[in-house]
Amino acid sequence: MIQAVQQVSRWAVPVLIFFILLFAALRGVKVYECFIKGAEEGFSLAVRIIPYLVAMMMAVSIFRQTGVLQLFTKYGENIFEALSIPPDIIPLALMRPFSGGGALGITAEIINTHGPDSFLGRLASTMQGSTDTTFFILTVYFGSVGIKKYRYSVAVGLLADLISFIAAIYICNLVFM
Amino acid sequence: MNPYVVRFVPFFLFFKPMCPLFYNSRLHNKFKKEIPGAKEGRTNMMNFIWLFLILSGCVLAAYQGKPEIVTQAALQASQGAVKYALELIGVMSFWLGIMKVAEEAGLIKILARLLKPFTKLLFPSIPSQHPAMGAILLNLSANILGLGNAATPFGLKAMEEMQKLNKGQEKASEAMCTFLVMNTSCITLIPTMVIGLRLSAGSQNPTEIVGTTLFATTVGMSVALIIDRIMRKKWGRG
Repeated sequence: MIQAVQQVSRWAVPVLIFFILLFAALRGVKVYECFIKGAEEGFSLAVRIIPYLVAMMMAVSIFRQTGVLQLFTKYGENIFEALSIPPDIIPLALMRPFSGGGALGITAEIINTHGPDSFLGRLASTMQGSTDTTFFILTVYFGSVGIKKYRYSVAVGLLADLISFIAAIYICNLVFM
Repeated sequence: MNPYVVRFVPFFLFFKPMCPLFYNSRLHNKFKKEIPGAKEGRTNMMNFIWLFLILSGCVLAAYQGKPEIVTQAALQASQGAVKYALELIGVMSFWLGIMKVAEEAGLIKILARLLKPFTKLLFPSIPSQHPAMGAILLNLSANILGLGNAATPFGLKAMEEMQKLNKGQEKASEAMCTFLVMNTSCITLIPTMVIGLRLSAGSQNPTEIVGTTLFATTVGMSVALIIDRIMRKKWGRG
């Protein structure tokens, strides 16, 4: 299983490039000129998202470095235990929508302290993989085209995260307990 | 300083003139008119969350008596953001180049035709031959296959194309909301990053979480799409 997974991720990109370029060349597309034309847009697109990246990453960093999350865990411990949610997982659940790197750090910490095959390790792994960084995606994607009004997408995105976490806790309790 | 900070801040946050930042009500419209730049209509939820992240961080740093944490975090993160964007230029140029070739060769049209029943259901407002559809499909495939760094360029391209259909408004279109909801809760068949992490931590069975992850993400995404559909009707055009 591991080997199959590793093989797929090893081969995906080269195979993709090979077949796309070969197919295009066979169809008579001027591949080189065409690639340049597409690649030209990369610069402006990446530069356009800088202000949004700065705003988001700065806010998340302040939030993270000052330890607001630890405060949540400390004072909410009893509530979470009553809901049969392990309190150690709460920082991960709170960090996941804001910062991909931060969440990965917390997951690594949980896996290393409790062991990858402990219940907490498995739960953290499941949570880390089951959603993406909602705020990052929203700010960067909307920012790149100058959308100011996000409408209901923030609420729905966060709700999706919450549901994924509940589902992760439920399935881990079912499978690994 | 400590007890005062703790007691004072909640009052400050809910002090009337601050309220227009958080929500709108008839009561506060009076104050809103006095603030230049404050607009009518629903306040963006992002404003509130962004403000909360920064203010709570500042308050806690003050409480701990370590204000320099904030300074350092803000400056380092800003630099990090630019560094990330600069690194993204390369990845972005590469994938957009490849995408252009695939587009010219008609590969994306073939993909779009194959997945037409699926896309018609999710994005009824986008014509199936529109370039936006191609970028959306590439982004979702990259997400599903776990080609993380390919998903962002395709996603940004898709947003650009959708913004053309949106006629350059400042308000997100319905298709954009659906697209982003799918992206934030996207199904990943193989969470390679987590498996790598588990492998290096000496797990007996690093891939045992693939099934549970797939379950959690599928539930999350399905519910999100249903809520998105409901909100689309409820929110109206406003």
